[in-house]
Formats: sequence, structure tokens, C-alpha cells
Amino acid sequence: MTWKNTTDAVIIGGGIQGCSIAYHLAKFGMKDVVVIEKNTVCSGSTGRCGAGIRAQWGTEMNCRFGLASLEKFEQLHEELGMDCGLHQGGYLMVAYKESEFEQLKKNIALQNSLGIKSRVVTYDEAKEICPGLSADDAVGFTYHDRDGHADPFLTTFAYQEAAKRLGVTFYKFTECTDIKVENGKVKGVSTSRGDIDAPIVVNAAGGYAQQVAKMAGVNIPNFSERHEIIITEPVEKGVCPPMLMSFSGNYYIQQRPHGSIIGGCSPEGHPEDYTCGNSWQFLNMMSKTITKLLPRTKGIRVVRQWSGLYNMTPDRQPILCEADEVRGFYLSVGYSGHGFMFGPISGELLAQKILGQEPRISIEPLHYKRFERGELIIEPAVV
Amino acid sequence: MADKYEDIIICRCEEVTLGEIREWIAKGYDTFDELKRVLRVGMGPCQGRGCRDIILREISKMTGKKYAEIPPGTFRPPAKPVKLGAIAKAGENE
Repeated sequence: MTWKNTTDAVIIGGGIQGCSIAYHLAKFGMKDVVVIEKNTVCSGSTGRCGAGIRAQWGTEMNCRFGLASLEKFEQLHEELGMDCGLHQGGYLMVAYKESEFEQLKKNIALQNSLGIKSRVVTYDEAKEICPGLSADDAVGFTYHDRDGHADPFLTTFAYQEAAKRLGVTFYKFTECTDIKVENGKVKGVSTSRGDIDAPIVVNAAGGYAQQVAKMAGVNIPNFSERHEIIITEPVEKGVCPPMLMSFSGNYYIQQRPHGSIIGGCSPEGHPEDYTCGNSWQFLNMMSKTITKLLPRTKGIRVVRQWSGLYNMTPDRQPILCEADEVRGFYLSVGYSGHGFMFGPISGELLAQKILGQEPRISIEPLHYKRFERGELIIEPAVV
Repeated sequence: MADKYEDIIICRCEEVTLGEIREWIAKGYDTFDELKRVLRVGMGPCQGRGCRDIILREISKMTGKKYAEIPPGTFRPPAKPVKLGAIAKAGENE
């Protein structure tokens, strides 16, 4: 593949954010877009994620993003010409504390006011939604039937292939080593394979967002933490139709249409950690959690465990903006574990912003200056 | 590239054919891990024990790179599939 020395925009990172932004830029008319990826497309956080998609959120911003993204996922196969493995079995939220259930009910009221048809369900209803569920210790449940999950690999590759058809160039095994800035404007990037000049550079570097921002002289308060996850052999459908999720229970469990069951949780204490290793402690704890909630899974075999990075911000909401200090330098980072599900909408909104259009959902509140101003938008609904 | 071998199943766990593997290598997915992510080769219970070598040779043939220079892809634990119940119970004895 020939090397481009100049282009209209360079996107750093080939995850869902980078691929969605590249696709939308090309779709909206930008002629020459280059995505650089230090490994291969979807090898980082996106390809390691729990795959969930939901509109059941606790802030207006996330509810709007969640619903808009869900609507995009529902027609993504048609738009991109590739099946993205969408499964809408709903999210069944499980509360084990009264205070948690009260918060979930507040979230439901907010969601309903924004057109999301989520609701409180009884334990009996929960067992109809998820046959075999054992949650006698839970105090309440909420459910939204349009939530679900999709295949992160196929979704990202679908964006990549659609972007390629629109003329976007992808360079894999190409690591960003520096970002060139002159007089407060971005001028391009240096990479492990050569320089590329561009008036627009987008940081979509996932777990390494803060290191990439620093290359342009921009400081963001993000840090990354390692989350572990397991997957089982494929078994017959119906073992876990919805995404089972609990904040106090610290788990999410789902069954892909293909039959495998996936389960994950948050690390204790949330330490900053860039290693993507695997632990026995997690494997053991997650197996206990899954077999307690779904006792009939005891005979199902685990085939793989892995881990990936959540890029966290202080309020667990993303940074989606142009840098004040460096014009032409944009950020789509800090999704705090929800970058995959927001990818379709955040890519569209940032592309609109880059092209001087008005994003159809305002992204003004997602500027990183909110942390200095103390205008945090704290999301209560995060595992 | 169509020939009589296209329909041969290379990854038996996930039922992926040689034709599909060749199609995606031609699109630029020319490492084992990229093929794994797009086609699920090596993601089943055998974890690539059956298909990995055949796929690496196919990548070598199509890209002209030496077999020995093609990364084998990531191997993840556990080494063999283990029942959830057995893992959950193992922790109780500690």
C-alpha cells in the first residue's frame, strides 16, 4: 500500500470510534481520510469488550446517546452491507440494595421522559425474560427490550469495509509517535512508518488516549483500567436471553446469538493498569457469579478468558470535542467502558462537528474543560 | 482463485471454509488474529489446534511471506475447556 504524505484528516486508532468517525467523514464528503492503527483494526478495547448496547442510562446525555446509537444499530446491516450480529434480548438490570433500586427507578422515569420504553419488572417477569434465573436475594429489576448486544468485531469491520469503499485508507501496524503542532494548530503526525501532514488529527486511541493527547500538548485526566472477561463454548439458545447486569452485584452476563456465554465484571478498587493479563481470581469469581445466577450453566465449559482496557474519565462520560489549545485536534476518548455501544452515534456527531455542521445531538457538554470548571456529568449507571 | 478446494472446512469448530479464509486474506485480513476476529476461526472449543497451521500456510501462500515469519496469533487460557461448575467449586477449597 502506497504511503500518503498528506491527507485531509488522520485518525489515530482503529477501534469502533476511529472506524465510525472515518466512515462518517467520508460519507459526509471528506475526500481523503487515513486511519492509523498500531496493531490491527479492532485489536484493542473494542475487540475485547462485553458487546452490550443499551439505552438504560442515568443521565440525559447518555440516554440520548444510547437511544440514538441503538437506532443506528437497528439499521446498520442495511447501511454498511454487513451483518453486525445484533441481538435485542433486552437488558435486565438487577438491584440487590433498596437504594440501588430507588436509583434504577429514577433512571426509568428519566428514560421514559426521553422516549425510552424501559420499565420496572417483578421477579416473576424477570424469570419469564430469563428462564432459569436465580436471584432470590435481589430487591428489584428493570428491563428495556430494545437493549441488547452486537458483535464488536463484525461491527468495526463493517465500518472499516464501508469506509474503504468510500476511499478511506487504513494503515495497520502503524503507531503514532508524535503529533506536529505549530502556532496552536495541528499540522500532522509522525508514525513508526513515516510522517503524514494533515490539518485535522483525531485522537481515537482508546486505552492510550491520554498518552496520544500529550503528544499534542493536551492534558486530559483520563486513565485506563484492566477489565477481565470470559467466554464459554457455544450452547443452545435461551440460556441467557437478555443481558443480565447489576451494579452492586458487579456483573454482566449475556449469550451471543452464536451460543457462547460471555461474562465480566469490574476490577476491585479500579486500579490504573495497562497490562492485559488474565487472573485465576477473576476466572474463579466470575464462574461463581454465573453459576449462582444461572445454576444450569454449571456443566458449560469456559473456552477463553482475556482482558481489555476501560479508558476512564472522572465522571465516566466521554470526551468528544476539538481541543481549545490545538485547533484541528479532536478527541473521541474516555468512554469509560461504553465506547462500543456509543460508536455509531459518536462517530456521526464528531464527523459533523469536524465538517463545520451542527451535530444533531449537542456534544458541547462533553468538552474536557468541564473537569476544570467542575461541571461533571456523573453517570450513576456504570458497572 | 475458485477451485475444488474452496468448500473444504478448515475450522471444524466454527465451520469456516477455505474459500472464506481466502476471501478475507485477499481483503487484507492477512494475520491469524484478524481472520479469527472476522471469521471466528480458532475461537471454538479446540482453540485453533486444528486450523491454525493450515491458515498460517494459506496466509504464507497468498502474501508471499515465509511461514516462519507469520505471527501465530494469541493463545489464551484456559489451555483446555473447563466447566464453570468445576472452576466455581475449586475456589471453595482454598
